[in-house]
Amino acid sequence: MTAPLLRTKGLGKAFTLHLQGGTHIPVLGDVDLAVHPGECVALWGPSGAGKSTLMRCLYGNYGAGSGRIMLRHRGADIDLAAAAPRTVIEVRRETLGYVSQFLRVIPRVATRDIVAEPLIARGMNRGEALARATTLLHRLNLPERLHGLPPSTFSGGEQQRVNLARGFAPFYPVLLLDEPTASLDAANRAVVLSLINEAKATGAAIIGIFHDTEVREAVADRLYDVLPQQDAA
Amino acid sequence: MTPHRPEAGGLTPLLEAQGLNLRFGAIPALIDVAIDITAGEVVAIVGESGSGKTTLLRVLSGMMAPDAGTVQWLGQDVLAMGEAARRRLMRTEWGFVHQNPRDGLRLAVSAGGNVGERLMAVGARHYGSIREQALSWLAKVEIDASRIDDLPRTFSGGMQQRLQIARTLVTHPKLVFMDEPTGGLDVSVQARLLDLIRSLSRELGLSVLIVTHDIAAARLLADRILVMRRGRVVEQGLTDRVLDDPQHPYTQLLVSSVLAA
Repeated sequence: MTAPLLRTKGLGKAFTLHLQGGTHIPVLGDVDLAVHPGECVALWGPSGAGKSTLMRCLYGNYGAGSGRIMLRHRGADIDLAAAAPRTVIEVRRETLGYVSQFLRVIPRVATRDIVAEPLIARGMNRGEALARATTLLHRLNLPERLHGLPPSTFSGGEQQRVNLARGFAPFYPVLLLDEPTASLDAANRAVVLSLINEAKATGAAIIGIFHDTEVREAVADRLYDVLPQQDAA
Repeated sequence: MTPHRPEAGGLTPLLEAQGLNLRFGAIPALIDVAIDITAGEVVAIVGESGSGKTTLLRVLSGMMAPDAGTVQWLGQDVLAMGEAARRRLMRTEWGFVHQNPRDGLRLAVSAGGNVGERLMAVGARHYGSIREQALSWLAKVEIDASRIDDLPRTFSGGMQQRLQIARTLVTHPKLVFMDEPTGGLDVSVQARLLDLIRSLSRELGLSVLIVTHDIAAARLLADRILVMRRGRVVEQGLTDRVLDDPQHPYTQLLVSSVLAA
């Protein structure tokens, strides 16, 4: 087997809540996870076990408390847990994509531009980027009349599809998906399944949280158990 | 236009300051502050009133001298620079967007004149070309071309702020200092300004150092964020990490005090 695109070693994370008297909450401990090209790993564990926290650590949105996050970037392995902010930004632009459950964007920006933005940031010309954005939005069944509107007034399912289009548009080598089908109907779920399988076929490494059993069984090659941490108290 | 492509760490900063200290009598305004910014980066400085963030901006832009510390622009010592050299920098490679647009505009000069004047200050002399560039910048900041000959005092606060931004950017500075540029404006106008600042920084590869108390604005605009309190930088880093996983008690308080929109 080829080397993993992403591998954690002893990754741990705890939160200290200074406003609640310094309460210390351990969430992750000793996570050793490796994902290879073309593979999809589903995080598995009860609600509150820390699956979303792990995803956020992998994206650099949460700082790792301990351990390493080795990621193949520009042909070399770098430790994302220790990377400078500018490096994390570069990694997110070129290597690592993340589809969260929430769409957070500048007000007033058209849906089409939101989806095209990461492509333009990677150096694609504007026309090509907008064309790819339009194609993906159509594929996710968002009608053309919505493409020119900002998504703030869209339904939850529509916003999620904008988020998905933005996440799948750039063909990231490593993709994190947090409940990508949570508020989608069957037809759109099927579209997301084929997007995931196409990304795998091109060699992407995917880590996902999929509460929907049918979706999980359709895309995941294996499960990774996220175990709840015992309270230190 | 080339897209915004900042390189990873290791790139030489445009502006770099170290060991900044400044006291106003008994009150420490800056304590051991260090900051740098590279090409194409947007860096936000957040904190409550009196935290020293505006003072820091004034020191970095050479408007105020610190008691100790260094400020370098492309390796040049800003603090040792003469007043004339600093003014030249402010006309060419730097720009400053004030919180109150009236501090950055000339109110007795037309909108077009405000934009054109900065071009003339860097040597533009051809009237037709100056007017053409002024019109193109008014369009970029969404001010109707028919208002070009009107005085800024006939503009709304939001329009004045957009005019100040056009006036500042027309000479293509490398770094723009912004002091609460959306403060005092309607929320709808703030959103337009945020969108404008961000797209201009992306399209022009502009670096922006922005002081704000608006955490939501910082999240949408900034690559990196510095949190100041009582003259110290208490936490800094990647914007979304500082806001979503704050480590310092003060940052946790600041983030938890924001109303979710």
